[in-house]
Amino acid sequence: MTVTAMKLAEIQSRMLDAIMHPLTSGYNTQQRARDGRPMRDVAAEIIKPNNRLTSFERLQIYNQSYWYRVLDALEDDFPGLLAIVGRTRFNALSKAYLTDCPSRSFTLRDLGSRLEEWLRANPKYAAPRTKLALDMVRLEWAEIEVFDAAELPVLIPHPASDPDPRFTLQPYVRLIELHYPVDDLLVGIKAEMRESEVASNAVATRAHHGRVRKIANQKPQAIFLAVHRQDDSVYFKRMEREAFRMLQALREGKQLSAAAEAAFSDSKTAESKIPALLQSWFENWSSLGWLAQQAPAE
Amino acid sequence: MPANRFNGFTDYGVGIGLRIPHYRHILSRRPVVDWFEIISENFMIDGGRPLKVLDQILEQYQVVQHGVSMYFGSPERPNREHLRRLKQLVKRTNTPWVTDHLCWGSVDGTYSHDLLPMPYTFEAVQHTAAKIREVRDFLEVPVAVENVSSYAEFHASEMTEWEFLNEVAEKADCGILLDVNNIYVSSRNHSFDPFEYVNAVPATRVAQIHIAGHSKFEKYILDTHDHPVIDPVWALYDRAIERCGPTATLLEWDANIPSFDEVHNEALKANRYLAKVEAVR
Repeated sequence: MTVTAMKLAEIQSRMLDAIMHPLTSGYNTQQRARDGRPMRDVAAEIIKPNNRLTSFERLQIYNQSYWYRVLDALEDDFPGLLAIVGRTRFNALSKAYLTDCPSRSFTLRDLGSRLEEWLRANPKYAAPRTKLALDMVRLEWAEIEVFDAAELPVLIPHPASDPDPRFTLQPYVRLIELHYPVDDLLVGIKAEMRESEVASNAVATRAHHGRVRKIANQKPQAIFLAVHRQDDSVYFKRMEREAFRMLQALREGKQLSAAAEAAFSDSKTAESKIPALLQSWFENWSSLGWLAQQAPAE
Repeated sequence: MPANRFNGFTDYGVGIGLRIPHYRHILSRRPVVDWFEIISENFMIDGGRPLKVLDQILEQYQVVQHGVSMYFGSPERPNREHLRRLKQLVKRTNTPWVTDHLCWGSVDGTYSHDLLPMPYTFEAVQHTAAKIREVRDFLEVPVAVENVSSYAEFHASEMTEWEFLNEVAEKADCGILLDVNNIYVSSRNHSFDPFEYVNAVPATRVAQIHIAGHSKFEKYILDTHDHPVIDPVWALYDRAIERCGPTATLLEWDANIPSFDEVHNEALKANRYLAKVEAVR
């Protein structure tokens, strides 16, 4: 096919493929395209050279811009994962993830939406701390979702007419189960990042070493966490396993009695203590605004 | 300011882009600003702080929506979810017009998140104009398309960039967001006369003008929005408003963002040129 006869869709498809082709380790355009053809030829078929830049060099401007943009966006969204796997491995992981899972959304905000699933299928990129890394990715993605999730009108408590009601949880509450205390770790990492921004190189290096020690010392621990929003800021709230299960059941649409049953089904809590526990949980969730009026049907 | 059907018959002055580092200053000091341009995608969300800040801004200021991901030139039809969210935001902001770029950036739902230049072909004109019409009909507000800065030209092109812009605007019957910095950047990268471009644009379709700074490299210029506007770009702006009349003008500053006052003062330099045009009208 002559280049002038090439259809719009074909030009765009070839160009996007070349732009999204991973860079070399030196962050330059690879000499070979995905299909093994010289990238120089691929570029020359689509792009005109000028008196300063070859077709290949012009393509490289877009190829580099693409990768700098998506790598930066992923790093901004997952500083905890970066701290766990380290800079070199984070770069390799990001490159592999974005090659396998390029953006399918009009917004860069969604870039990391498939990272947990991908990392689960490609554990070598975070080995030997894969489980810790998976926890961190789950937490960091929850943070992103909670930050701009919808907020429904808060449920106004009134004498219950329904003795066994269903409750709606605020969309900005995410319930996640963790195997490591990555919530504390992430809070620490972000605090150190803020300090590093204003500190000298020596202080920043000490902070980095401290972070590495902390990560190396993480011990497994079952954590039941709600990631939620208060006054437009994202917070983490640990809770008892039973309270977590109760909220999960309510989110699934179970009635109060069924949710309580699910929460305490394999619990060692004495039955006599359950009513008081339920009351205190509901008071707490209500004061946090987690219980919402039902969303209007779309 | 010349009100026309492409900017909702409004009479806006000189605005700046609404950016996070300035939120606190704007909300606490309430500076006098003609209008703010928002990046639509930053607010096409369900809730949280961004929308609350936007609502506070809307109480006091005029806001115009500028998009970065509609990709009028991409091969696929507009994404319905994208359109639905955009329209929701249009209702929230009451933006008199909506802008996005005359470019492409996705294929079959895979996104580059870049503003890629179009091959300037008649096929692309038809395709792009049809998509702009579809978006405008769905949103029910005027749409203006922005010329992008570019670093590549295609063998397949059958016309100049400004001929392409004019053809598309004519076929889509849409407005133009004329970015004079982008014209300057592309003119240096592709060795054309930027005044020829400005002189060729149909003045009656210009809804808005963008000004910005850029970065120079050894062999090309990159549109980085991280510097003040340089004199040659002001000269293009001067010529543009001489032709179009005093048009709604916006300074873009997106990286290494200085203080609110520094950005606003840079934008207000436009008033020197606008006053000159007003004086002779």
